[in-house]
Amino acid sequence: MASSNQTVLQFTPSPTSLTAKVHPLVMFNICDCFVRRPDQAERVIGTLLGSVLPDGAVDIRNCYAVPHNESSDQVALDIDYHHNMLSSHLKVNPKEVIVGWFSTGFGVTGGSALIHEFYAREVPNPVHLTVDTGFSSGEASIKAFVSVSLSLGDQQLAAQFQEIPLDLRLIEAESVGFDVLKTTMVDKLPNDLEGMETSMERLLALIDDVYKYVDDVVEGRVAPDNNIGRFISDTVASIPKISPAAFDRLVNDSLQDQLLLLYLSSITRTQLSLAEKLNTAAQIL
Amino acid sequence: MARSFLQVASTEEVAPKLRVVQIEGLVLSLSLSLPTHALLIAFIAFVILKIIKHCKEFSPALVTGQLLGLDVGSDLEVTNCFPFPTRDEEEEIEADGANYQLEMMRCLREVNVDNNTVGWYQSTLLGSFQTVELIETFMNYQENIRRCVCIIYDPSKSNQGVLALKALKLSDSFMELYRNNNFIGEKLREKNLSWMDIFEEIPIKVSNSALISAFMTELEADTPMTQCDFDRLQLSTTPFMERNVEFLIECMDDLSMEQQKFQFYYRNLSRQQAQQQAWLQKRRADNMARKTAGEELLPEEDPSNPVFKPIPEPSRLDSFLITNQIANYCNQINGVAGQSFSKLYLMKALNES
Repeated sequence: MASSNQTVLQFTPSPTSLTAKVHPLVMFNICDCFVRRPDQAERVIGTLLGSVLPDGAVDIRNCYAVPHNESSDQVALDIDYHHNMLSSHLKVNPKEVIVGWFSTGFGVTGGSALIHEFYAREVPNPVHLTVDTGFSSGEASIKAFVSVSLSLGDQQLAAQFQEIPLDLRLIEAESVGFDVLKTTMVDKLPNDLEGMETSMERLLALIDDVYKYVDDVVEGRVAPDNNIGRFISDTVASIPKISPAAFDRLVNDSLQDQLLLLYLSSITRTQLSLAEKLNTAAQIL
Repeated sequence: MARSFLQVASTEEVAPKLRVVQIEGLVLSLSLSLPTHALLIAFIAFVILKIIKHCKEFSPALVTGQLLGLDVGSDLEVTNCFPFPTRDEEEEIEADGANYQLEMMRCLREVNVDNNTVGWYQSTLLGSFQTVELIETFMNYQENIRRCVCIIYDPSKSNQGVLALKALKLSDSFMELYRNNNFIGEKLREKNLSWMDIFEEIPIKVSNSALISAFMTELEADTPMTQCDFDRLQLSTTPFMERNVEFLIECMDDLSMEQQKFQFYYRNLSRQQAQQQAWLQKRRADNMARKTAGEELLPEEDPSNPVFKPIPEPSRLDSFLITNQIANYCNQINGVAGQSFSKLYLMKALNES
């Protein structure tokens, strides 16, 4: 059967360049599902939705849990539920299709192969995402796998789960702010000016750090690092060179623009309260 | 609305007592002791992410979705949500939408999600959400759920590093007026309701499960600046301001239209009153003549005469909403202008140093 004289065990060529991108929402959703799992269940599993990007990366954007029953040697998945939920999700966003499945727990377990087989029927080459909600390794480990079938000649022996690089896209989370997401309780959402303040504080702290570093290097307290030096000079060079007069004019012009807008909006408000008084005042008839 | 935590705590203390004492009258006594509005909206952070994802993906189209959660004492807890499919124009989709909603709720219940509707969310463009539709939807929800809430998210604002999430409800006095459709000057004066009293904003609180918090702490990148900071320090605010002012001008036009309507109404009203007066005088003169001639007197009122038909007063709802809208734009302009000031001064300082 095996024509080659080197080896009888054959790996089907693995999609080496495959990577997975996970949106923070997926992780949050999985954690929420895990917290809400049924009494006796040890883990939750579910479907991952998303799309395959043009460069071959799998973009995981959404997910939902699927109820299941697990005993020592078999896994029962509620397939009806899976299909119902899928059609509901497709109604909202037809662009998000099944890309794989998730499970909580550390790494791949025995039952996983069966579930993976099921999902392989739904979509070619599904991604398996595991989220270690138990923190069993002492750190948050989130891993993505694809299965590679291991065959002896034409006969399939087993499926091997191969880990693929995972890109946690936290930019979306950043736009909400880690401060809100990290703590267990936030009493108040920051408003725009407060947010501005923290941003400025951070910027100032950074500038101070750079100053300190440069001073230290100049005075020989710290060994110079060419890379850092290049970064700093790049940053300084990126400030456009404008003559002080022109810059002043620029700043003053925009300041005046803003002031004008403020003035306009204040006038509008005055107008509003005036109109209000006139409209609801008792009519003398 | 602005209750201190002490007051909140005291209401919380009262409620459990009632629960113990009066178990039969539980529903009644609770509904009496609790205010009809939620004092705080507690969010699970993942709901926020979900809302943002949905709204952003479809932006600039406006989307809506349902909020699920629990009504716990003084807080309204939003623990999950799901998006509605974008509506097509056709009517037959309506039934489909309801089916979808039921199906989704059933599915979510199976995985132990609270399937208790507490309100809905919607995206908006530059805060232009104060419409009659919003009020109608709110009234619809209010019929079924006593304490419901509407979450407004503005994707356009989040590009500036602001989490533009607002929880709104209609004020009680406004709802009463709306139910009776009494938007005439008389009633508004009676209730002392101004345009500011239509919507009430509810403070939002965000909570996370310990699990999520652990994950986020672990996964937080240790860069000193985040995307949020970059967005905030962006110097160009012109496009945002431009559109804001554009909308503002549009609204001003609308408002002046509304005011013309009122002027028209008042002019008609005074003309009618003049006509009534003239008619009455004529009738009295006639009656005088009849009296002297010994004839029967004519009645001084004639309902069939078109002069006595009351002219309907135009509703003030529209002008109220427009006013609200304008105030909102003004606030946004002020906010952004304030930010730009700080940014400009920051730039100046940086350039000098």
